[in-house]
Amino acid sequence: MIRRMWITLTYMVFALLLIAPLIKIFTGSWADGWSGFIEGISRPQSIHALMMTGIIVVVVTVLNTLFGIMLAMYLVRAEWIGRRVKRLLNSMVDLPFAVSPVIGGLMIVLILGPNTVIGAFFEDAGFKIVYAMPGMILATLFVTFPLMVREVMPVLQEIGAQQEEAASTLGAYSWYTFWKVTWPSIRWGVIYGVVLTVARSLGEFGAVLVVSGNIMNKTQTATTLVYQDVENFNVVAANGVALVLAAFSVGLLLLMEWAKKRKEVH
Amino acid sequence: MHIEVRNLNKAFGDFHAVQNVSFEIEKGHLIGLLGPSGGGKTSILRMLAGLESPTSGDIIFHGKRVNDLPPQERGIGFVFQNYALFKHMTVYDNIAFGLKVKKQSKEQIRERVMYLVELTGLKGFEHRYAHQLSGGQRQRVAFARALAPEPQLLLLDEPFAAIDAKIRTELRTWLKEMIERVGITSIFVTHDQEEAIEVADEIMIISKGKLEQKGSPWDIYKNPETPFVASFIGESTIVEDITQLIGFEDGANTPGTKALIRPEYIEIGRPGEIKLASAALSGKIKQLHFRGSEWMVELLVGNTKLITYRSLEKEILHPGDQVSVLVHRAYLFNDHESWIAENTLKVDPMPIHI
Amino acid sequence: MNTMFRGKAWSFGFRSTIMLYFILLIVLPIVGIYTQSFSLGWGPFWESISDPLAWKAVLLTVKLAVIATFLNICLGTMIGWVLIRYRFPGRRLLNSLVDLPFALPTAVGGLMILLLLGPNSLVGSLAEKIGIEIVFHEPAIVVAMLFVTFPFVIRAIQPLLEEMDKSEEEAAYTLGASRAKTFFSVIFPTMLPGILSGAMLAFSRGLAEFGAVVLVAGNIPGKTLIASVYIFGEIESSNPQGAAAVSVLLLTLSFLILWTVNLIQGRRSGQ
Repeated sequence: MIRRMWITLTYMVFALLLIAPLIKIFTGSWADGWSGFIEGISRPQSIHALMMTGIIVVVVTVLNTLFGIMLAMYLVRAEWIGRRVKRLLNSMVDLPFAVSPVIGGLMIVLILGPNTVIGAFFEDAGFKIVYAMPGMILATLFVTFPLMVREVMPVLQEIGAQQEEAASTLGAYSWYTFWKVTWPSIRWGVIYGVVLTVARSLGEFGAVLVVSGNIMNKTQTATTLVYQDVENFNVVAANGVALVLAAFSVGLLLLMEWAKKRKEVH
Repeated sequence: MHIEVRNLNKAFGDFHAVQNVSFEIEKGHLIGLLGPSGGGKTSILRMLAGLESPTSGDIIFHGKRVNDLPPQERGIGFVFQNYALFKHMTVYDNIAFGLKVKKQSKEQIRERVMYLVELTGLKGFEHRYAHQLSGGQRQRVAFARALAPEPQLLLLDEPFAAIDAKIRTELRTWLKEMIERVGITSIFVTHDQEEAIEVADEIMIISKGKLEQKGSPWDIYKNPETPFVASFIGESTIVEDITQLIGFEDGANTPGTKALIRPEYIEIGRPGEIKLASAALSGKIKQLHFRGSEWMVELLVGNTKLITYRSLEKEILHPGDQVSVLVHRAYLFNDHESWIAENTLKVDPMPIHI
Repeated sequence: MNTMFRGKAWSFGFRSTIMLYFILLIVLPIVGIYTQSFSLGWGPFWESISDPLAWKAVLLTVKLAVIATFLNICLGTMIGWVLIRYRFPGRRLLNSLVDLPFALPTAVGGLMILLLLGPNSLVGSLAEKIGIEIVFHEPAIVVAMLFVTFPFVIRAIQPLLEEMDKSEEEAAYTLGASRAKTFFSVIFPTMLPGILSGAMLAFSRGLAEFGAVVLVAGNIPGKTLIASVYIFGEIESSNPQGAAAVSVLLLTLSFLILWTVNLIQGRRSGQ
């Protein structure tokens, strides 16, 4: 009896908070029929924005994965970093979680913007950072930074250094040890981290909005386009782009589930 | 508390964990439920506690059927295998929990808890948390906690399983003493025969969900009622072909009869060392193992391997030596029946008087 | 000899690159924003903070984040419990859906809420009839915050419930405790660290949330303008120093929370 009540209540919360909005995005983008949806996403700015998002996702995911794995290895294994320093660095990894994306964007503008020393220097050299692709990638790297490190670190801690030490006593050098011993254990953690990174960089909005200046057909991404469309009361068009993003997210959610399960098995 | 169980059954889906188990336990007895892991012992214990409900059958405490009573109202104490101490509470609060539930006064609770703390030798540890205690101390806390509300029946699920072998023996004696002192009817589950024999007044052997035999440890050792019990308790070797033995010809009349022989049923010696030579077989020493206080001897009679022990006081044997082997008795069994048979040749059929 | 030296130099360069990346990407910007906001001294910093629109925005953010967190604690505890303890059709599906707000772009989340609760929608028009305005008012902001922080509490208590020994609960039953008593004295204390750290994370995410809120809040200064949107407005109107001042305020608050969470989790793993 009580059990049924709790289950019903749970279903209701899910229906109201998660399922209804998701359905609404799907139906909303068909509000003007098929053509409205097609028009919404086939506008030049839509295609450009989706492309920008795609580039950011790919670049950020690759960089964050490589640096994330390496940093996690150092924070867990390295002996050349003192224990205290390690602990300090470790607590700093989470900082981007506590920083509002808007503030993250602001930081980059403050340090690398056209009015700063560094920003001006690069601009003179013909390399624009803020209000251009490099700044947007930096902003997204900032917000996604903890995701990979935090997935890989616990796995490394759990497996311990013994297997790697065993490999080295058997004559294996670091790269070989990494590929044959370490990688198989952290693989599913890394894959989960990749999925999280993709999701976050696909959806990053606040930081990118501040850094990009949201210039149509130049620095506009899919999420900032949705924002602009809503501001211009062009809800159906916004819906079209949002639907594409939402579809990706649902796909990512499935991947997350799959990776999580594999992660638990290993 | 007097306990009676009638035709108890428990099925988990297709799996029949407990089948038609019936027994009675006298007030004040300490009972060991012994059997291999996964044999249904824990299920029986949990049904007695009310943590699991029987598929069919009756559980009767003091002449009253308690099948439908929830665990809260059965008046039992339960010591869990991993103790299940409340991690966020101190030793004191853990022991006091059952008393607080009963809404006893602060004074009463304090008195009872301090008494139990003293009794279990936990004085000075009242304000520690579970993770600050050793395995043995945790077990004492779990024991004290279960006893605090003065239950009528104490149930212990593998109480020594999570404890280092070294202090296990010590704790066994302690627990037996404690239970005797409190005078509470207790049932504990174990898969370790040594433990059951040492601690319990009475043992119930459970295998594959069935009650194989109930009795005192000595009784069960001496007169096993089923081949399973015979092989489970004590050491033994099974002889498939009993025609290789002499003195047990009666058994060989029924085809398919096998013999179970314990090391202590066998006597060995150099030819001539054994008096009843006519009842002895000849065998060969295969291997000798030094066991600290005696020799374990593996020997071959024909192609049957037997095991026995030999005192260090006797003459030392060597592998390959020829020996006489006297099998005093054997536990014979076939598909229909089982019995203990004495070596018939040991009693000289035609005594010669001089 | 030569190869060993080359190997060492190579690994030194490699290490330095990774560490430099970490420091440039994470540490430098945060130091930068603190120095920037105090670059003109205490006076301008104080002026930016004491602008009524600024502190009203911060206060509003804190207030709404508290409400959203509270709702989250109630709903999250219930859902975490139901998903772990009960077996019912659709459980696995619901369990996967929990992560949806993490996977979905926040701007899309905001748009979804706008569509669902907006004045033209069924819910919106119904609410309007009884005199409650949702979108462009405080309720919509709370809903948006609730949406994006939904998974935190659930994901924080699930592992605790899973690793919790069922026998601890049974021990309470055999000692005579009722279901309710067992829940409050045995199960709830086990879940508490998870609830706390989940709630802290949800609160700090609520404070920081921008994408979902900016679309539904209406951003009326002094009324529905929350801190992160205020900061965004200041940047747009070329007042980076003012934006930095409010950011520092918000950041310090978030860092305190993060630190507390680490402390709680540290204590837990220490046990």
